[in-house]
Amino acid sequence: MTKPNTYQRGPDSDGHFGIYGGRYVAETLMPLILDVERAYDEARNDPAFRAELGSYLTSYVGRPTPLYLAERLTEQLGGARIYFKREDLNHTGAHKINNCMGQILLAKRMGKRRIIAETGAGQHGVATATVCALFGLECVVYMGEVDIERQAPNVFRMKMLGAEVRPVTSGSGTLKDAMNDALRDWVARVEDTYYLIGTVAGPHPYPTMVRDYQSVIGEETKAQINEIEGRNPDTLLACIGGGSNAIGMFHPFLDDDGVRIIAVEASGEGIETGRHAASLTAGKPGVLHGNRTYLLQDGDGQITEAHSISAGLDYPGIGPEHAWLHDIGRVEYVSIRDDEAVDAFQLCTEAEGIIPALESAHAVAHAVKIAPGLAPDHLMVINMSGRGDKDLESVGAYLKARGS
Amino acid sequence: MSGTRISARFDRLKSENRSGLVTFITAGDPDRGTSQSILDALPGAGADLIELGMPFSDPMADGPAIQAASLRALENGANMKQTLEMVASFRKNDAQTPVILMGYYNPIYAYGPEKFMADAKSAGVDGLIVVDLPPEETELQQPVKAAGLDFIYLTAPTTGDDRLPLVAEHAGGFIYHVSITGITGTKSASAGAVETAVERIRRHTGLPIAVGFGIRTPAQAAEIGRFANAVVVGSALVSRIEENLNGGGAASGACRDAVLGLVRDLAGGLKS
Repeated sequence: MTKPNTYQRGPDSDGHFGIYGGRYVAETLMPLILDVERAYDEARNDPAFRAELGSYLTSYVGRPTPLYLAERLTEQLGGARIYFKREDLNHTGAHKINNCMGQILLAKRMGKRRIIAETGAGQHGVATATVCALFGLECVVYMGEVDIERQAPNVFRMKMLGAEVRPVTSGSGTLKDAMNDALRDWVARVEDTYYLIGTVAGPHPYPTMVRDYQSVIGEETKAQINEIEGRNPDTLLACIGGGSNAIGMFHPFLDDDGVRIIAVEASGEGIETGRHAASLTAGKPGVLHGNRTYLLQDGDGQITEAHSISAGLDYPGIGPEHAWLHDIGRVEYVSIRDDEAVDAFQLCTEAEGIIPALESAHAVAHAVKIAPGLAPDHLMVINMSGRGDKDLESVGAYLKARGS
Repeated sequence: MSGTRISARFDRLKSENRSGLVTFITAGDPDRGTSQSILDALPGAGADLIELGMPFSDPMADGPAIQAASLRALENGANMKQTLEMVASFRKNDAQTPVILMGYYNPIYAYGPEKFMADAKSAGVDGLIVVDLPPEETELQQPVKAAGLDFIYLTAPTTGDDRLPLVAEHAGGFIYHVSITGITGTKSASAGAVETAVERIRRHTGLPIAVGFGIRTPAQAAEIGRFANAVVVGSALVSRIEENLNGGGAASGACRDAVLGLVRDLAGGLKS
């Protein structure tokens, strides 16, 4: 495959990244999707909209987030110089609010009064409930019943923020099923409802729009590392479920030769056990939730259940732009098991006093693998996509079961 | 397209001056044997056209009844190959009733679109409804056409006059008008609103128009049948299957007849 002139231009006008992406939705939703696309195009070209978003990101979300040199972790691993991009310091504790702030302003601009969202770990649900509270909009969050159990603190937060959390019992009761039910809701309430998708998946324009709203992570990182170190990083690391924190970190660097970019999928109990969430490592192309991408599926095209200790990575698909970046080889996609992520969770907490989200701990775990073999002047940036308070119970139960 | 089973059937309905009954069941629900026996008996009970659902793990546009039907079928080993075998078996005794496969794109994509269309054609399938392929996503149009099948498109209350020409341009067989904004088997639209929508669609196409989603009773079918070329009933039939399962989830002896009884009543409503 020849190298394109730029990796940043996509998608085409119909939302395709190579063969991935697109708008695979029922006819009832198609006019709405086109409405969202038109509204988004207008908004992103409107200086007043951009200024309003920028103002909220600064004064409400708390941007820019710091780029932090993790000295003790660097020392302990004995190789690359490791920085954390501190998305965990955003209001609500994760990168998810970057996107929610953009989309809620868009929904308001479109005159929508009711917001629906899907959530896995609950981070996106909390961020959505937060911006709905901020603007006084009705909020319904679909969440798998399995996830409701393992992410109880976030469920409580959403309810306190005034959102209705609707348990999803269909399928495996996790993120993909929550997305199915959110789409079903949207079809039934098209006139007043806006679907605030939390990751870079779904029908066009969502993968592009969410990427654009998350790209503030990579833009800030680029400016900050150049300010501190006088040059670009050598390696970027981010965890990946649907892929919004990863693409947000990566996108501004895609055309920068010499920046190695690595995304870390969740291999759960191990790829060979079949209990994992590694769509790129072990899936194949298919169509689900409005886009073509890599999916975990059986030979008959039935979607299979994903497994990860981290609810936020527990999704059988991945954003279409990642599928494209995977095929053309610009981004490396690796995977980390539950046990490795939990070890990294503990290491990061003890070495840095930063409790990472289990999602982000997957990225840290890959750094544990590769950093020791790299030179001390090798600059590595890990996207610390969220804080791990929500995971303390899961980790505690895991460690107890493991007997450590 | 002329000379297809679908066009012949709508010609006959026109000559009989009545609206047709389109019945939907999910292939393999709750098991292959029961499903085949229901399928084979549908024309005799009054079905004019048959929609056979291709089970999918994630039926985003379907309500609880059809979601559960898909799940039952998949748990009992249903797959795309079996669905085509069921059609082939049906065709041994029925050369005239149109059979339309309805479902989602991924299982077709996994099967291989060209191969699937060829296999569907040789099994005796007449048309295809792929819920998550709007006319903008064109990739299946050529394989469907090449195999000599009709690509049946959906319209919805949200499909404005700006989109109808695009839908009409690509549609074959008939137009399936989704009468409500919502998923299958949940709410019903008022007949007046549906009639207005059907008139609007007729200004864009000469194809017959079938109306579905939310039609559950013979009275509703008769009311919609006054102005639509056909009415589609799905969730109500699938619910009859669900109501006639034994404790272990297998079909009870009454299952088949419960479904066919409702088909007879619906057909009666349309003929009266």
